[in-house]
Amino acid sequence: MFGYYLDLAVRSLKHNKVLTLLMVLTLALGIGASITTLTVATLLSGNPLPGKSGRLFHPQIDPFPQDGYVSGQTQPPFTLTYRDAMNLLQLHRADRQALVSAATVGVTKSDGVEPIWGNGVLTTADFFPMFDSPFQFGAGWNVGDDAAHQRVVVIAGYINDQLFGGADSVGRSVRIHGHDFRIVGVLKHWAPQPRFYGAELDGHTFGDGDAVFMPLEAALDAGIGGMPGQCFGTGDQRDPRAMPCTWLGFWVELDSAEAVAHYRNLLDGYVRDQIKQGQFYRSDTALPDLTQLMHREELVPHSVKLKAGLAFGFLLVCVVNTVGLLLAKCLRRSQEIGVRRALGATRGHIFAQFMMEAALIGVAGGVLGLLFAELGLWGTRHQPAEYASLARLDPKMFLLTFVVALAASLLAGLLPSWRASGVAPASQIKAG
Amino acid sequence: MDMAIRPILASLRAHRTTAFLIIAEIALACGVLCNAMSMIGQNMDDIRLRNAIDEGGISVVRISGSEVKTAASDIPRDLAALRNIPGVRAVATSSDMPLDNSGLTWSFGMHPGATMNDIRNAYVEYYLVGEGADKAMGLHLIEGRFFDADEYANSTLNGELVSSGHAVVITASLAKRMWPRQSALGKLLYSDALWYAVVGVVDDVLCSDDGTRDAGGRGFYNSVFFPISPASALGSLGPANPVNDYVLRSTPRDRDRVLKAAVAKLHQLYPSARIKGQRYTDMRDQYFADASSLAWTLVVVCAVMLAVTAFGIMGLTSFWVQQRRRQIGIRRAVGATRGQILGYFRLENFLLTTAGVAIGMGLAFAINIYLIKHYEMRLMPWYYLPCCVVTLWVLGQLAVQGPAMRAAAVPPVVATRSV
Repeated sequence: MFGYYLDLAVRSLKHNKVLTLLMVLTLALGIGASITTLTVATLLSGNPLPGKSGRLFHPQIDPFPQDGYVSGQTQPPFTLTYRDAMNLLQLHRADRQALVSAATVGVTKSDGVEPIWGNGVLTTADFFPMFDSPFQFGAGWNVGDDAAHQRVVVIAGYINDQLFGGADSVGRSVRIHGHDFRIVGVLKHWAPQPRFYGAELDGHTFGDGDAVFMPLEAALDAGIGGMPGQCFGTGDQRDPRAMPCTWLGFWVELDSAEAVAHYRNLLDGYVRDQIKQGQFYRSDTALPDLTQLMHREELVPHSVKLKAGLAFGFLLVCVVNTVGLLLAKCLRRSQEIGVRRALGATRGHIFAQFMMEAALIGVAGGVLGLLFAELGLWGTRHQPAEYASLARLDPKMFLLTFVVALAASLLAGLLPSWRASGVAPASQIKAG
Repeated sequence: MDMAIRPILASLRAHRTTAFLIIAEIALACGVLCNAMSMIGQNMDDIRLRNAIDEGGISVVRISGSEVKTAASDIPRDLAALRNIPGVRAVATSSDMPLDNSGLTWSFGMHPGATMNDIRNAYVEYYLVGEGADKAMGLHLIEGRFFDADEYANSTLNGELVSSGHAVVITASLAKRMWPRQSALGKLLYSDALWYAVVGVVDDVLCSDDGTRDAGGRGFYNSVFFPISPASALGSLGPANPVNDYVLRSTPRDRDRVLKAAVAKLHQLYPSARIKGQRYTDMRDQYFADASSLAWTLVVVCAVMLAVTAFGIMGLTSFWVQQRRRQIGIRRAVGATRGQILGYFRLENFLLTTAGVAIGMGLAFAINIYLIKHYEMRLMPWYYLPCCVVTLWVLGQLAVQGPAMRAAAVPPVVATRSV
């Protein structure tokens, strides 16, 4: 039966080539546009650390002065001051915890001249196990290195390739802004998208991964980093450890709901103490997890979501259009349907036959749509956006293209097939 | 008219599904089109925002990683070297450039003791500029003066990383906003213990910081300029981040050559620093890249959508014509002219399109409200709706042209034959 319907469908589609082409093209355009934009949108709003994002939290408190503050109406700033960050870090009340800051750095070999420029991350020991950074050689530094202001460094694989030809460089040194840092680890390729831990710090939301990771204290000692973020008072901004500015991202890993509740209490308690001491005026705290934070900070550009929405609106127009064309095609064949019905085909048979035709258009639309999507993504890759190089079709999207194409065409086929199956045999034969 | 419409309505009632499909198609197209057009308009407005500097003649070379300690002697040396490049008309230092996405921001009040976070403050983007920056950027002075030699020489970077002096130049828009209907000259800006007297007002310069723009109703032009001495020109991004822009002005014709020569010269002077040269026009394009890519995507999608809609209408109408060949033949046989048949299908299409756009306008409005709520869209200007309606009317008439002509060509003799 299936083969017979397939044969009928092919014949019918061949019979009116212009109309068939029009339907396939319409569907393909809609699918191409929506798959292109959907690929970009899912890529950008993807989970940077699958399986872990529910356990990573970002404590936030508000050290800003009173100025028109109304409790419950302001969001605490994204980052912490050095003072609060150190206070919270030293409480050690989470399973893992790390401070994060960012700076643009130039890296050379100890005897090199022309530096390689890239993003530097200033952080603390737990960063690597907490964010599951994969190591090629060596490992991260430990809490003792942080405390002792040790000049150690973890470098990215691509830096290791460029400076040391990909050899195990653990124990050797790189020079960063005139200071030597001893390499303790070399990462494999590691570039979570979006770059959740740094996007709010230096504005780089997507990219090929950071170049070097240094202990916060040692980097500050060497005069690296410490850019003021949001300042809430006039005062010296030249000393990052004392400036009245928030600039340090803080992450904790909490493994149970109980631990989260405890941490929330801890934050509230810390803020209460600070208010009592006259250091703080605002009592709001926040403890969003990674997913909530990404949603709140809107890391996915608005234009990306708008394009996706528009593309689906367009797909809808295409589907309605295909419904119209299919309907015209079905009803034009009323006589043929009448004859088939008179010869014993049931309504179900007619319905199945026309749905098969729709499905065939869907498959063809999918193939052509895939081509359009590849073309669209190629166009996206040639745009000057930060995420441009990431725009590629993955197997999931490849599959989804056909699912969407089939779903769209079958949906479009429903009404025409139903109308076709309702054709009364007698009247059509008579009219003929 | 009534005579013409009644048979059309009767026939549409008999083909409710097909008629409904055409109406749905038009309504959807109308909803998407209106919003897409308004989005295109909004983005184009942004892209074309006026920026009163000599955009076409400016090249910018950014140095990161030079030496703070020797800046006092390095910078005058660099400026002299850059000035010697043939074609350079002016050169100066600046902490950064409008629209380069690395703006320094501050907030100022109009009353002594205004704190930094006072919600009545104006949020501004500030530039620390060296001597000659007014000429290098091509700023247009409207009122007062630019900084004098003493103001440049005596302004260092204070602890807050702003000017230790007391002179400031502000943009016309900001002046108007802070002191409406008064001259801003001599007025004071306050922030805690800091204060600055307005010595000059320049034509509007765009700022890049979204936060600055959003605070206080799209303050695109909330820019202020402070003088800075060469010794303090580095380190405005924090003492550990010595970053500095050299702004060179030439004729647009000389610009690319000047830029290349300047980058080469600075590479020679600072072998280990990071040096990046850019035409200012490229910086501006880069800043608006997202907006312009969105606008172009919308244009293409709209064009394709209109084409698809037109083909859909064409397909359905030609099916209709074929179905009614016999009726058309009868009408022709009883005296209808070709023109009347043509008119019939045109009018029919006009009625369907009108019904479609009526629903579509409601849809467009609903989508617009949703976009305003979630995507910082502005309210769609009213004139987009009639534009959209006319576009779809014309589209419908064009699409129906072919099938209607074919209908008009049906000979009366068809009526006497069985199909």
